[in-house]
Amino acid sequence: MATTPLSTKPALAVRVSRRYGQLAPALMFLLPALIGFLVFFAWPAVRGLYLSFTDYNLLSDPEFVGGDNYQKLISDPVFWRSMAVTLQYVAINIVVQTIAALGLAVLLHRFTRSMFIRGVVMLPYLIANVIVALVWYWLADYNLGLINSAISAVGLDRIGFFGDSQWAMVTIAMVNVWRHLGYTTLLIFAGLQAIPHDVYEAADVDGAGEFRVFRSITLPLLRPVLAFVLVVTVVGSFQIFDTIAVTTRGGPVDATNAITYYIYNLAFTRFDFGYASALSVILMLILASIALIQMRVLRAGHSDLER
Amino acid sequence: MAATKRMRNRSHPGDSLFRSMTRPVPRILGWTSIGLVVFATLFPFYWMIRTAFSNNRAMFSEPLSLLPVEPTLGPIRRVLGLATTEEAMAEGGSVGSIDFTQYLINSIIVCTLITVFQIMFSAMAAYAFALLEWRGRDTVFSIFLVALLVPGMFTLLPNFLLVRDLGLLNSYLGIALPAMFFSPFVVFFLRQFFLGVNRSFIEAAVIDGAGQWRIFSQVALPIVWPQIITISILQFIFYWNDYLWPLLVGRTEESTLLTVGLGIFRSQTPQGSPDWAGLMAGALIAAIPIFILVLVFGRRIVGSIQSSGVK
Repeated sequence: MATTPLSTKPALAVRVSRRYGQLAPALMFLLPALIGFLVFFAWPAVRGLYLSFTDYNLLSDPEFVGGDNYQKLISDPVFWRSMAVTLQYVAINIVVQTIAALGLAVLLHRFTRSMFIRGVVMLPYLIANVIVALVWYWLADYNLGLINSAISAVGLDRIGFFGDSQWAMVTIAMVNVWRHLGYTTLLIFAGLQAIPHDVYEAADVDGAGEFRVFRSITLPLLRPVLAFVLVVTVVGSFQIFDTIAVTTRGGPVDATNAITYYIYNLAFTRFDFGYASALSVILMLILASIALIQMRVLRAGHSDLER
Repeated sequence: MAATKRMRNRSHPGDSLFRSMTRPVPRILGWTSIGLVVFATLFPFYWMIRTAFSNNRAMFSEPLSLLPVEPTLGPIRRVLGLATTEEAMAEGGSVGSIDFTQYLINSIIVCTLITVFQIMFSAMAAYAFALLEWRGRDTVFSIFLVALLVPGMFTLLPNFLLVRDLGLLNSYLGIALPAMFFSPFVVFFLRQFFLGVNRSFIEAAVIDGAGQWRIFSQVALPIVWPQIITISILQFIFYWNDYLWPLLVGRTEESTLLTVGLGIFRSQTPQGSPDWAGLMAGALIAAIPIFILVLVFGRRIVGSIQSSGVK
């Protein structure tokens, strides 16, 4: 009975559907994204890894050279210099930005729920890096910029914000603090809003002072949000490129030659694609380990509220 | 009246909690700090506008003037390619071949192309991950999420080679293609909202005999439409602001995007007397569409950025 053509057909369909569910429609819906994932993500990732073991100048075919590029990297002073200035940038950018955003978020949370103020504060984040960089490049210009004109008007010495190797990376870090302050503030602000009010009421009843409340309640309860903010901003900060590319172009004397800018130059002005790929691999490994370590140290997934 | 009062109460839910706030000194200090931040945020934008409407030659003698120096539309006209050479030279502007009208058109086309396809394909993927039941779904989803964690720099060089091999350098499609198929971030974002769709709507549609495509397009999609709009705006802004990828792939006049054009303008600037007014006019033209989007959709954008931090 069960083997007659009439009954096998639906039985098979039921069996297939029980086993794979809605696999056929799912594949149809996923197809474009899957193509994108394989062609523009997975394949380039594999190819990038392969290229890091080759010598490739874009004109002739890549030539396999084993670990030569990685060996070269160890004794490349420009690479180490660029790691150092990148770390300098990340340190200034993240420390100043996180502390300022924390302060601003607490202020906003205490004093106002104004959507207008939050919108204004967020605005720089939505404007292109390139525009932000150029506006500050103009504001801080040595000869005609507003800031130096004002400094000179009060009788002080002009400062080469972008032209002096002592100042250049600090300036770029501060420009990007200006751009990202509002974004970071909004994330922390949302974290503050999520802290239940009864915790504060209890502290108030106990007579805890302002700073005690901040240190013992706000900060610990904010930890998961701060962990998320730090992972996102540190990983983003490491990839600083746009601001440098339109202002200092790595100079003066490599003072702002951050790692991504160095990779860009190796690939597109020196056409050393193999070595540039090796540096990209290193950069990715650094970012992945930083993210992992931060998640561990800050125990990102656990809130102190749940204990 | 009642509504205003309710709004007011809601706008300061914490008042009674913080006794220090009712004292005048912390209040003044707090509001002064907020005021300073707002000023420091807006002033550079004001300075960009002030410079964009100044006479570049006259500006050099009055660097501290808070208003535009000899107000003129010259810089805007010159970067849009509307001014004659004599006109540009008279105001001390650059006379190079910079055409922001073309860049503006390029940016609008490329960013629209990316946004439309990326959001559509990502929504389809998010639907499959959220509302269809199939074997291996969670595994495939976590593989997708890996793409979210890998920095763009890592796939940048190989993607450049790929686009070059496809013969798409210096074309709209070449700039747009890698981003058109999906964004792991958008898939992740929309999946959360599809998960919140009430299943009884879907079951009702199944009983009515609707196919999966109809359920997606006529039942699920309309429910998450507000989120589709929000994420579309955010992605449009993101690609509008992108610099490195279009710098590598779009280098001809016909494929230069606004950010790349600004970089070129800046590097063509002579060391002696740069055309600051022209540069700020170009920056203003690139920023105006974003100003408009923020004015219209600011509330949604603030809301979605805030919700991205807290689970």
